Amino acid sequence: MKVITDTRTAFARELAPELRQPAGLLFTMMLPFLFLALFAPLLPSMGKGGGGTDPGSPWQWFVPGMLVLLGLSSTAGAGASLLNEMSSGTFERMLVTPLNRAAMLVGRALKEVVVLLTQALLILILLLPTDFRLRPLGALAGLALLTVFGIGIGALSFTLALHSRKQQTLFYGVQQVIFFPLLLLSGVLLPITQDSAPGWLYVLSRINPVTYVVEAERALFDGRFGEMNVLYGVLAAAAVAVLGVAAGIRGMRNASV
Amino acid sequence: MIHTRGLTRSFRVKGDTVDAVRGLDLEIDAGSVVAFLGPNGAGKSTSLRMLTTLLPPSSGTATVAGHDVVTDPAGVRRRIGYLGQGNSAGANFQVTDELVTQGRAYGLSRADACARAERLLAALELADLAKRTVGTLSGGQRRRLDIAMALVHEPGLLFLDEPTTGLDPQSRANIWKHVLRLHKDLGTTVVFTTHYLEEADLWAERVMVVDHGRVIADGSPEQLKADLAGDLITLGTAGPTDADRAAEVARALSTVREVTVEETEVRVRTPHGETQLPILLRNLEATGVQALTARVARPTLDDVFLTLTGRTLRENADADAPTTTPDGARA
Repeated sequence: MKVITDTRTAFARELAPELRQPAGLLFTMMLPFLFLALFAPLLPSMGKGGGGTDPGSPWQWFVPGMLVLLGLSSTAGAGASLLNEMSSGTFERMLVTPLNRAAMLVGRALKEVVVLLTQALLILILLLPTDFRLRPLGALAGLALLTVFGIGIGALSFTLALHSRKQQTLFYGVQQVIFFPLLLLSGVLLPITQDSAPGWLYVLSRINPVTYVVEAERALFDGRFGEMNVLYGVLAAAAVAVLGVAAGIRGMRNASV
Repeated sequence: MIHTRGLTRSFRVKGDTVDAVRGLDLEIDAGSVVAFLGPNGAGKSTSLRMLTTLLPPSSGTATVAGHDVVTDPAGVRRRIGYLGQGNSAGANFQVTDELVTQGRAYGLSRADACARAERLLAALELADLAKRTVGTLSGGQRRRLDIAMALVHEPGLLFLDEPTTGLDPQSRANIWKHVLRLHKDLGTTVVFTTHYLEEADLWAERVMVVDHGRVIADGSPEQLKADLAGDLITLGTAGPTDADRAAEVARALSTVREVTVEETEVRVRTPHGETQLPILLRNLEATGVQALTARVARPTLDDVFLTLTGRTLRENADADAPTTTPDGARA
């Protein structure tokens, strides 16, 4: 089918430079890496705070959140490459080809996810010597959820880029304005509970879809598959993915540069 | 190959409506080489962008390679090649990778795309750069790669938007050599925009002069020059008095369109300059005015543009250069 061949073409194009220079993926994983190296060791035992985990290891609570942070930081900038190609004329050349427009978006988003998964695996491997306990099934499920979430954020980033073509600063502005609130309100760094947080902040964190993804990741990495948190997280990630891909495909179809 | 009726495009710029293209009616036959010649901002690129499905028209219809640009853009895209004004190849990608991707985008198998890429790189003298990152190429190399990308699927119709702008004469000639080879070998129709007169004059079989969003003249370069400009006879005389008298004699000739005097020089615009010059010289001798020098210059497309608009293309092309002669004297 043409849309599948075209997706593969778009995906292969984007992936080739990453394969030729694999060191490049270290740059977009700096943020979670720094938090893990320089912040996590300061964490006290979290007790049952952020989702009820093994009180002995702060890693157990902190790492799943860092993977979600990776999902955000690694894919949120994906649109920047598209933005560059829109101003250089490279995107225009793609638009004149018969490449399927949905494939142009999905192929790019899939490449972002491959990079994201590689980075996530790298982080998990680096954590093997610590007392972070890796449950293979839970980790697999967690990475699968991260994939869905990453596709959504990547696609939203492309959508933002497509809408910023006349004003590039819009892309970076919106990205900055959205990124940190989403991050801080998701309880990645500190647990946001009804008891510990002011009411308004708690409400905001409950509106944030990333919160649910974080809580689901914590449950999955602990092997608690049956929790409602998992269901909410899957729904939140799927909603972000559907919204992102739909908006992105629409943006690609309407892209007249 | 291309057929348009009343094609227009307007843009909203800060609350004002700018009509970039005002009613384009085109009939372009398969196998021709056509130039859109005009100053910057004349609407050439906007026209090309509509024909290549990059920009929806505000009104009117366009059929390109048998398919409507609005109702069947995919059908158009499959049949055309396009070289935009920017860089087609992405800066972070490898030269060969981009060519192969482009072939794959047009539905070639990986093996075919690789074979074509290799052939084109050799043909465009880029074989040594196959493994380089696009961003490290020189301007001329990068433009040749972009040309290769526009040709990779051997399209029947090729659009080139200012293909050689910013390149040195040698690179320009090189690029045209390759485009025209494709035109000759495969019968490819070539439509290009340019504000270089020489480029339109040398390579196009048909030139459409575009100004303010309209086609104001259409024909082969020879036709346009003969019909709209005529040859330029320049006479040198001993002094301003002689020049004035010579000008009067010249004005008496029936074919003469325009006579101007500048100090000791007389410029006579007329069709068929070679046959008019001997007559003019005989008439001058009969009235006792001596011409010291005489020469006939063939008109350029710039003369055509000047006749049509009262402006020269060279001024427009050099508009950003700080030194323009205040009296508008032409080079």
